[in-house]
Amino acid sequence: MKEITAMSATAVAKKIKEKELSVLEVVEAQLNAIKEREPLYNSYITITEKEAREQALLIQKLIDDGSLKDSPLAGVPVAIKDNICTKGIKTTCASKMLANFIPSYDATVIQRLKNAGAILLGKVNMDEFAMGGTTKTSYFGEAKNPWNPKHTPGGSSGGSSAAVAAEEAFISLGSDTGGSIRQPAAYCGLVGFKPTYGTVSRYGLIPLASSLDQIGPLSRNISDCASILEVISGYDPKDETSIKQVRYTYREALVDDVSNMKIGVPKLYLEEDLDKDIRDCFMGAIKTFEDMGAKVEVFDLDEISYSVQAYYVISCAEASSNLSRYDGIRYGHQAGDYDDLDELYKISRAEGFGYDVKLRIMLGTHMLSSGNYEKYYDKARRIRSLISRSYEDAFKKYDIILSPESLTTAPLLKSKNSPSTKKHRSEILNCSVNLAGLPAVSIPCGIDKKGLPIGLQIIGSLFGEKSLIQAAYSFEQTKPYERPGTLID
Amino acid sequence: MKKYETVIGLEVHVELSTYSKVFCGCSTRFGKRPNINSCPVCMGMPGTLPSLNKKAVDLALLAGLALNCDIVQTCMFDRKNYFYPDLPKAYQISQLYLPIARNGSLSIDNKGTKKLIGIHELHIEEDAGKLIHDSDSNITLVDYNRSGVPLIEIVSRPDMRSAEEVLEYLDKLRIILRYLGVSDCKMQEGSMRVDINLSVRESGETMLGTRTEIKNMNSFKAIARAIEGESKRQIDILKAGGQIVQETRRWDDNRNESIRMRSKEEAQDYRYFPDPDILPLEISDRWIHNLRSSLPELREEKILRFKNEYDLSEYDAGVITSSREMADLFERTAILCNKPKEVANWLMVEGMRLMKENNIDPWDIDLHPEHFSKLISMIEEGIINRVKAKDVFEYVFLQDGDPEEYVKKHGLEMISDDKVLRTIIKQVINDNAGPVSDYRNGKTKAFGYLVGQTMKSMKGKGDPTLVNAILKEMLE
Repeated sequence: MKEITAMSATAVAKKIKEKELSVLEVVEAQLNAIKEREPLYNSYITITEKEAREQALLIQKLIDDGSLKDSPLAGVPVAIKDNICTKGIKTTCASKMLANFIPSYDATVIQRLKNAGAILLGKVNMDEFAMGGTTKTSYFGEAKNPWNPKHTPGGSSGGSSAAVAAEEAFISLGSDTGGSIRQPAAYCGLVGFKPTYGTVSRYGLIPLASSLDQIGPLSRNISDCASILEVISGYDPKDETSIKQVRYTYREALVDDVSNMKIGVPKLYLEEDLDKDIRDCFMGAIKTFEDMGAKVEVFDLDEISYSVQAYYVISCAEASSNLSRYDGIRYGHQAGDYDDLDELYKISRAEGFGYDVKLRIMLGTHMLSSGNYEKYYDKARRIRSLISRSYEDAFKKYDIILSPESLTTAPLLKSKNSPSTKKHRSEILNCSVNLAGLPAVSIPCGIDKKGLPIGLQIIGSLFGEKSLIQAAYSFEQTKPYERPGTLID
Repeated sequence: MKKYETVIGLEVHVELSTYSKVFCGCSTRFGKRPNINSCPVCMGMPGTLPSLNKKAVDLALLAGLALNCDIVQTCMFDRKNYFYPDLPKAYQISQLYLPIARNGSLSIDNKGTKKLIGIHELHIEEDAGKLIHDSDSNITLVDYNRSGVPLIEIVSRPDMRSAEEVLEYLDKLRIILRYLGVSDCKMQEGSMRVDINLSVRESGETMLGTRTEIKNMNSFKAIARAIEGESKRQIDILKAGGQIVQETRRWDDNRNESIRMRSKEEAQDYRYFPDPDILPLEISDRWIHNLRSSLPELREEKILRFKNEYDLSEYDAGVITSSREMADLFERTAILCNKPKEVANWLMVEGMRLMKENNIDPWDIDLHPEHFSKLISMIEEGIINRVKAKDVFEYVFLQDGDPEEYVKKHGLEMISDDKVLRTIIKQVINDNAGPVSDYRNGKTKAFGYLVGQTMKSMKGKGDPTLVNAILKEMLE
């Protein structure tokens, strides 16, 4: 059984296609692994055991009659972050507010996965409403890093990273507003891909910040990532911000060649007081690209240093509005006792939301208030344009940009969530990408002395996904990632 | 004695006549069972997104063009945030910063002179649901059928000075929007809603006074009463040396007074910001051009043309063009039967009577011009007389039936057969010896009575010209 769950999504799909494995066998193996490891990692909020088995039989039929022969994911079990709506299956956002919320519709990505014959295993853990980087704000308890359960798997898509790293899923979907796919992927030694804004439909993604959110995959290698990206990408008339592009052929970019690539490295990250392990890995990665024939150049990208401030203004402002609908009236947590409408609102929201969510709602509300809009929101939007332009200029010279994904490896779960310069600098790496709407991928590039994975971020130009995939694939071929250890049995 | 002047600006919301809602595919049909016309999007379910109905944009643009506005070719949608149970997302999608149209005008008639009322802006927004309070069980129910129905808000400049001007503006606006097919503008059903911004100032003063906003009027009459009432209230305060407080008031038509809802200090901070779910809307020159060339002929042009082409009086042309439906009926019938005067007369006399008696609005007229024209031809050809024609018209106008079949079925053809007429008239002369001798003795009035008796015995179907001639001949 363990041999099955340790396979890549691409490999398991091939075995299913060639009838070496049945879909049900794969699903059973995966469900077993989940049962065994969940007490250790708490990756899942909801496990859809019954539905997964039913689906397995149905998909097997479709595979057998040839209906799914073009799908790269037919029969592959996937885990879904619990802020992506699934019809008839609880979608909680890891919040007390939505602890019992069952959507009446499927998100577009879920529709696409189902059409491709993927099997939904369940809904995975996250920070409440995707606000955080550790899963510690989850109403259902924190998830654990499979390489060391005392450490966080990252966040907000921490359940997505823990599940894939712990082989509780072949592949998962997360969402990335300011690094929420890439950072947990880096902490767990995975590939985490944040596509260009508008590539994947947001319809059915419960929003944190609508102008920054993007759904993307977490996987154990770049080939799996390219496969699922092909399935989930595409124009959706239900999402006005999705881009009208007809065909996505990411697998074509799985080519081991960077000899014509020009790579930029922002000076910012070389001057940074990096941990030795991280610096060594980062410099090593740069060297690997050079050895493979790419041309690497250091350049100034100082304009992005205001990213974090702009990011917090925009994301909190949008979140305060997006989260207003949880008023205890139609769905979600409702106060038990109240005297009037105002009290119903106040008590329901006070009881339903956790501290971090309330903090961001209050900040966002303040920043949008009359008189503050120009001071904060409008200014943040101008900074955002500046950041976009700086990246645009950089991509006139470079095909891709490299940076460390995070300036630390996964912190201890019990460490305090205090603001630090390092955390701040890490956030710049992540959220400037969302502000500019760019695609970026985090790939594993080494292990620190504590045995925790280190991530390398590759940033691409708008719709430059293929360059990212090609660079990541080449890197993976030259420096195959070695896991920090074996999973605890 | 100080004299005061009332200054009024209007905010008019109208529901657009689209089949589906502005951000989802739900039907906009009015009067359906509660929450039938709803889906995850217009219920504001988590994760749903709006997708803009381009037909609603078309209608807003048509209204903007007809009101002589500048079109904002890159317009944006903003969120207006507030909590209320009828607003499922807790924000309304509207347009604050860059509305779709601005700087227009509408010309009104005021005691024979034209006056231009400025249009400050016109923007698109979504409607909210409806709360229904059940006072018996102390429960409030919410119906989301209306949630997401497209609206445009037309904001005038404070250019009106009296209730008459306001009603004239609203009437003109309503007719234009109906002509365009933008909205059916039914105040009773809430598809047209009017908020009044009103202030008063001493005559001659150029600065505006402090205004109040009055909401909740559901008829033109109530609007007129609200304006009178609020003007008087403000003038009384000023006369007594008081000050007007900027506030929102609700008109209570039963009590004939406005009631304070909230002051400016209590006004909500809506925290407007651009809706990140909807990209800025680019309106191309081509889009505008296409719509401009699809603009129908509006009432003013139609009045002129009807006067010229069909020789109608100013008054008749005005009445007949009060709705596009009536104007179209007139014109198509006139073309079919080539008797415009006759068509106009029927509409002006019998048509207006029937509309009044049956409470039909001019835009609800619904009959085939073929039926109407056939009726007029039947009169011309002497198939029915004018007396019976009124019955047939009533049938055609109210039931939209075929006049020929109706006449046949009820045997209403005019009797012009000389022999038949003579037999009947002979009988009438025999039966009415008194009036006959009266007539022969010079009492000409008796002739009318005898005509009446003849027609009566023919159930009104006699050819009136022939009846007159034969009766006269036989009496001599």
